[in-house]
Amino acid sequence: MSNNIRFVQGNEACVEGALYAGLEFFAGYPITPSTEIAEQLSSRLPKIGGKFIQMEDEIASMCAIIGASLTGRKVMTATSGPGFSLKQEALGYAIMAEIPCVIVNVQRGGPSTGIPTHVHQGDVNQARWGTHGDHAIVALTASNHQDVFAMTVEAFNIAETYRTPVVLLFDEVVGHMRERLVLPEPGEIPIVERLRTSVKPGVNYHPYLPREDGRLPMSDFGGVHRYNVTGLYHDMWGFPSDEPKIINELLHHLMDKIEHRTNQLARFKEFYTEDAECLLISYGSSARSAREVVEKHRQRGERFGLLELLTLWPFPSDLIRQKAAGARLVVVVEMNMGQMCQSVRLAVDRPERVFLSNRVDGVFISPSDIEKTLHLIQGKGV
Amino acid sequence: MVEKSQFVFTGSGGQGVITAAIILAEAAVLLENLNAVQTQIYGAAARGGATRTDVVISDTEIFYPKVDQANVLVCLTQEAYMKFSPIIRPGGLLITDTRYVRIERTVDAIHKELPMYQTVMDKIGKPIVFNICMLGALTALTRIVRQESVMKMLEDRIPPAFLDMNRQALELGFELGTAAAA
Amino acid sequence: MAVKDYIRERFFPHMWCAGCGHGIVLNGLIRAVEKLGIDKSAIVMVSGIGCSSRIAGYLDFHTLHTLHGRALAFATGVKLSKPELNVIVPMGDGDALAIGGNHFIHAARRNINITAIVMNNRIYGMTGGQCSPLSGYGTLASTAPYTNVDQSFDVVQLASAAGATFVARSTGFHVQQMTEIIQEAILHNGFSVVEVMSQCPTYFGRRNRQGDAVDMLKYMQKITTPIGSKAKEQNPELIERGVFVRKELPEYCSAYDTVIRRAKEGK
Repeated sequence: MSNNIRFVQGNEACVEGALYAGLEFFAGYPITPSTEIAEQLSSRLPKIGGKFIQMEDEIASMCAIIGASLTGRKVMTATSGPGFSLKQEALGYAIMAEIPCVIVNVQRGGPSTGIPTHVHQGDVNQARWGTHGDHAIVALTASNHQDVFAMTVEAFNIAETYRTPVVLLFDEVVGHMRERLVLPEPGEIPIVERLRTSVKPGVNYHPYLPREDGRLPMSDFGGVHRYNVTGLYHDMWGFPSDEPKIINELLHHLMDKIEHRTNQLARFKEFYTEDAECLLISYGSSARSAREVVEKHRQRGERFGLLELLTLWPFPSDLIRQKAAGARLVVVVEMNMGQMCQSVRLAVDRPERVFLSNRVDGVFISPSDIEKTLHLIQGKGV
Repeated sequence: MVEKSQFVFTGSGGQGVITAAIILAEAAVLLENLNAVQTQIYGAAARGGATRTDVVISDTEIFYPKVDQANVLVCLTQEAYMKFSPIIRPGGLLITDTRYVRIERTVDAIHKELPMYQTVMDKIGKPIVFNICMLGALTALTRIVRQESVMKMLEDRIPPAFLDMNRQALELGFELGTAAAA
Repeated sequence: MAVKDYIRERFFPHMWCAGCGHGIVLNGLIRAVEKLGIDKSAIVMVSGIGCSSRIAGYLDFHTLHTLHGRALAFATGVKLSKPELNVIVPMGDGDALAIGGNHFIHAARRNINITAIVMNNRIYGMTGGQCSPLSGYGTLASTAPYTNVDQSFDVVQLASAAGATFVARSTGFHVQQMTEIIQEAILHNGFSVVEVMSQCPTYFGRRNRQGDAVDMLKYMQKITTPIGSKAKEQNPELIERGVFVRKELPEYCSAYDTVIRRAKEGK
């Protein structure tokens, strides 16, 4: 048996990915169904000299990782729906102050306490718009453990590259399901290390002055450069400013650094999409049932295809429009009331051809659920 | 083996059905070079209440991880039997424990009633290895993985002091299963 | 170093009202750091939201101006991640004990080596004079126009009960004592809390007819007394000043080093 093969829960695959990416600091609070991530890291991190802390609440966990990130560490927190709600203000802070960090939300049923042990994908739009004010966000997901691992590494890489929080939007089925994970060798997946300033001691360092390539080199707290970090609109020194020009430029910078790279940040998988008449679009655990349906219909010679999104935000509109162009029918498979379906309708040329196949009762959507939707659509004579 | 085998283990919290499912799936993946996916239905209670766990084992990639129709259904309580027996695939295999399950309906399946609990209590005296005895019986009846693969997984996860007890339970189960298969 | 070497001069004049007590705290804090001779790059100042929290921006340390009430949570991340740094957290009374109350008691419980300075002016100044958890029964505020019927916290008692291992109180009038106490608090290996009674003539003073800044400072002199003084025996209403708690318990970051050692040894 190879030492690199594990049989683990999705939450453990996330832990392995985070450690592979260089996680050194985790703060969290117990919440179903993400708790295994905190439990495992409380054991794994100190072994490598990293730090784990169970904070007094979800808010504090989010704040603590931001503080730790500023000292130069790769950081992460993990939670689920209600905890994700609580973290939103500090998530906005990380966006505004441009602090690299990773936030895992293993989705459960909501709103409110909802159904803690059952699956839902109802936080898709919350990940995009949960914190107040105009902003951009990166949110990634996965349907199997190999991708959970890879997307977790990707989350850290994107966070470091663009100085931004990245949300990992998993769900209860992926989080708790056990399956094979093959751990990549060190170096097999590239790791992005933090870009630190080359400005010499005694020379003015501007923490918020982008380089020519748009990147903002950082300086660790405790290092030679002392600067201010704030959630207020700020100038290139990080000092609060209410100058209209500075406000305008900073907001555009925060939006553009993500939104202008939508295509570059779009991670996805596609199966038989090139000639698909019926294109299924799905993500997270729902994509597994969608894939089952697509494989079955292909075996019968029917032109079904699947586009599985790994990047949910920024929403890959161009990709969706392009992949859906040739399809007679687009069916979005998800476990919510159509959060992603709405975005797909906005992206495609013929929104009347986009249908929703969903399940919202806490039961995992099955291939037969999707088949039922397909029958209904066909009954409509589409 | 069949291309895709779908198992559902049911019982009550604390009987170890989930652990048994994990061991089976883990053995398939780590030692038999098969694909396997294990899921479970979670409730709020760690002990008591009806428990269900699904295992899909296949030599091809597994997409949908749950079981809608079970090739093999194991019921270790009356409540689980009443609730889950309809999900068995026609012609499938139903394994129940004689001590815990009283048969009340006919299912279109091969039904093996085995005295697993009684055997464990008579020979070992510890109910904690009831689940491992069940795994032995299931291995004998389905040959989905080798008995030694299950034993190897037990060695990896169980403290040495308890290993003999588990080995014995696995063998007792295997004997019950082999006898029932004949 | 001169006092002005600790400030970011280009961001002056500061944004506090004339007569605000927070400048006195800033002064006392700088003098404490100067006397200790700590390298500016070895200090991280973490603040929340409110008048008091703006103190961070004026100081030439690593400064982190965070969210309302959450400064101690951010500070915990900084400190645990890099324990060699000195972490100082100036907070207002509302910031520390209303919205941030949970973080306050838990930082105290953990005994993490952070110095919390509660600048208590008994009012929310930045939002225009609303009552705070330290305004006190019978005071007036913009949200307590018929007098405040909320009881106050006693910061010293709260911090002591929550487990802080250094707890002290001083006032803006007693600058020498305040400076010495802050010095000792920074040196203390554990969670230290210093309550500094500070005046807000603009809102608290005006509404409660306490006069101007000078009157308010004199009033602080009048209503406080050193811990265990004769005056206190004669007039139990007096508020005591000085160090109330000074004890040793395992410090959180050092304790976590033990966790790391155990994890590496595999036990």
